[in-house]
Amino acid sequence: MNKSKKLLALGLIAALGFAACGSDDEASPATEAPAPDTEAPEATDPPAGDGGSICEVTDVGGVDDKGFNQIAFEGAQRAAADFGLSAEVLESASDADYATNIQSFIEKGCDLIVTVGFLLGDATAEAAGNNPDQQFAIIDFGYEEPIPNVLTLNFDTAQPSFLAGYLAAGMTSTGTVATYGGINIPPVTVFMDGFVNGVAHYNEVKGTEVIALGWDGSEGTFAGNFENLDDGKNIASSFADEGADIIFPVAGPVGLGSSAFATETGGIRIIGVDNDLYESNPADAAVYLTSVLKKIDEAVYAAADQVVVNGEGGGSYVGTLENDGVGLSSYHDQDGDVPQELKDEIEALKGEIIAGNISVTG
Amino acid sequence: MTDTATAPAPGDATPDDASGGLVRRLLARIDTTNAVVLPLLAFISALVIGTVVIALSDIDKLKEGDIGGILTTIKDAYLALPKGAFDGWRPLNETIVATTPLLLAGLAVAITFKAGLFNIGGTGQMLMGGMGAVWVGFTMNGPGILQVPLGILAGMVCGMLWGIVPGLLKARAGVHEVISTIMMNFIAASLVLYILKTDAFVREGRNDPISKLVTPEGRLPRLFGYLDRPELRAHIGFLIAIAAALFFWWLLERTTIGFEIRAQGANSSAARYAGMRPGLLIMTSFVIAGGFAGLAGASEVLGTQGRATQGFAGDIGFDAIAVALLGRSSPSGTALAALLFGALQAGGQKMQVDTGVPVDLVLILRALIVLFIAAPLLMKAIWRIKAEGAIAGPSFGGWGS
Repeated sequence: MNKSKKLLALGLIAALGFAACGSDDEASPATEAPAPDTEAPEATDPPAGDGGSICEVTDVGGVDDKGFNQIAFEGAQRAAADFGLSAEVLESASDADYATNIQSFIEKGCDLIVTVGFLLGDATAEAAGNNPDQQFAIIDFGYEEPIPNVLTLNFDTAQPSFLAGYLAAGMTSTGTVATYGGINIPPVTVFMDGFVNGVAHYNEVKGTEVIALGWDGSEGTFAGNFENLDDGKNIASSFADEGADIIFPVAGPVGLGSSAFATETGGIRIIGVDNDLYESNPADAAVYLTSVLKKIDEAVYAAADQVVVNGEGGGSYVGTLENDGVGLSSYHDQDGDVPQELKDEIEALKGEIIAGNISVTG
Repeated sequence: MTDTATAPAPGDATPDDASGGLVRRLLARIDTTNAVVLPLLAFISALVIGTVVIALSDIDKLKEGDIGGILTTIKDAYLALPKGAFDGWRPLNETIVATTPLLLAGLAVAITFKAGLFNIGGTGQMLMGGMGAVWVGFTMNGPGILQVPLGILAGMVCGMLWGIVPGLLKARAGVHEVISTIMMNFIAASLVLYILKTDAFVREGRNDPISKLVTPEGRLPRLFGYLDRPELRAHIGFLIAIAAALFFWWLLERTTIGFEIRAQGANSSAARYAGMRPGLLIMTSFVIAGGFAGLAGASEVLGTQGRATQGFAGDIGFDAIAVALLGRSSPSGTALAALLFGALQAGGQKMQVDTGVPVDLVLILRALIVLFIAAPLLMKAIWRIKAEGAIAGPSFGGWGS
């Protein structure tokens, strides 16, 4: 008995030691620039060269959220590939991690630290104040007083949402469409504003009375979170009961629940948000009429170009229909269902919005 | 590990075996050192399984059969853990920052374990404590000598008030505390969201739920402020946590009410027969628990973050359950467990920076440790330890003892 115990202990200690020592002669694993791997983008290996680095700190959604954290990292990876840089990411598990992650990247000597989302607003401002030589870019946040070493990346998402609302109003067969949000905060409701105004614009032009459920300009339907897919199912189900046949969820992964509901029941179309859900959520691809694109990857790419390549820090970037920082995705499988006339109207509307002839804020 | 770490308890009949190695001597004493050896073995077992997880998470290398690369990743990942937790000023600070709320919230769970109760409500109590503290933090504007203690006090009192409710429900109406504390967490989360959007709390120019900033005078002073390095975040919340652990020890070991709480936890019927009042004891332990958790919330908003958001409590209230379990509800054990979890958190961050192994691995390690701790018989089977004498079984009652 004693012997076997000893042996077991020895074996385990050896296993641990083996694990701990590894084989140093292969200490330089082949690290290619990250392949276009959208499935599980992780921190790429330490900087491949001295070409500088773009470092992203995610919010609590994590880098594989099929949402803005992921798109931002795709932009960073693309910029890294094009400009000969390296792209790295640190995920935050809670609010308390933001400052720590940013500090780690500062110590690592990143050329540009991209912080994703307004939740990181305070942590970014604090770190930027303490480290005036470090360049930052923050997504979805604006400071009352611009910080010289922070580039803000924002998006006029009301514009494409307006187009989506117009499209939905033109496509509905029940005369009722719907939208809902994750939480009642401006980065969410700005989509809903645009959508509802787009529906209203359609009614005005066509003399129809399409109803838009879920948002009245200040109150509406909200899941209360950005995580629970069941909430997305339930909300979609109750909208369906009220006769809506096109739903525009602005709630991150919650919206995937609505998509699953649409796939199960049939007859309901979903408008995707942030990225092209037809591509990123193939399981429910058939239900997507289009997606409202917030091209965070373009913004991060532009930020890398401006800050790392051209050496200009700070300032602000706003993605619009005009600079293609926001937009609608293609109709994919439903292309045949959308009348050519409506497609043309959407194109014309886009031109009008860019020209400033139509206000998407109603 | 030295012999002092496993000093034999009185009456421990160690086999007089001079040739026995350290491992065997440790094993021989297993039944008196359950509290030390089992957690240690659980930790080691978790690390071993963790290597598999790391290997699996690096699926590309696995596919290529790059065993050397995988072993390097595993080595770097595990080396990063102690490096990120203890190697230098900032790692130490990060460990302290992570340990502080875990210890306070862990005590909040441990005190109820001692009374034979299960407090899942650490999150809610923390949230409410934090809201009270942050209100003092941003409404007053110094002097710090007054504002800091007031903020801490407000946090403690708000946590206590939140803790009363499940205590009252249990004592008066027999509502199971697991249910009521979980429900109180939900209520607290929604209440915090509401409060953060009221005019009194919401920051000017912001529509999202984020409180005004705590005034500089109201922030908990930093432990290493004299070094003038802003990245060293550790603050006096850590000292408060240690004081709380000492108070916990004093209360349970040196006061009548502490004795009664332990008696209640050991055998509620006997305690009642001995003339103790279970209702009062339930209330008391929940109020104290709420106070500890409230302090954790106060320390987070006044010390670490300087503001309140929806998510400032994170998962600390739940991690605290694991901390208290691992620490077997003793103040020193809870402190060590909190330190272990805090160090893992700080080290896990470093691990992510150095190797790209997702920070989630640390969560998996923690989960495995707790799982193994909760299954002493399994541990003993794996490590071939003879199960002799009374073992702290997986039953709930064992945790309080």
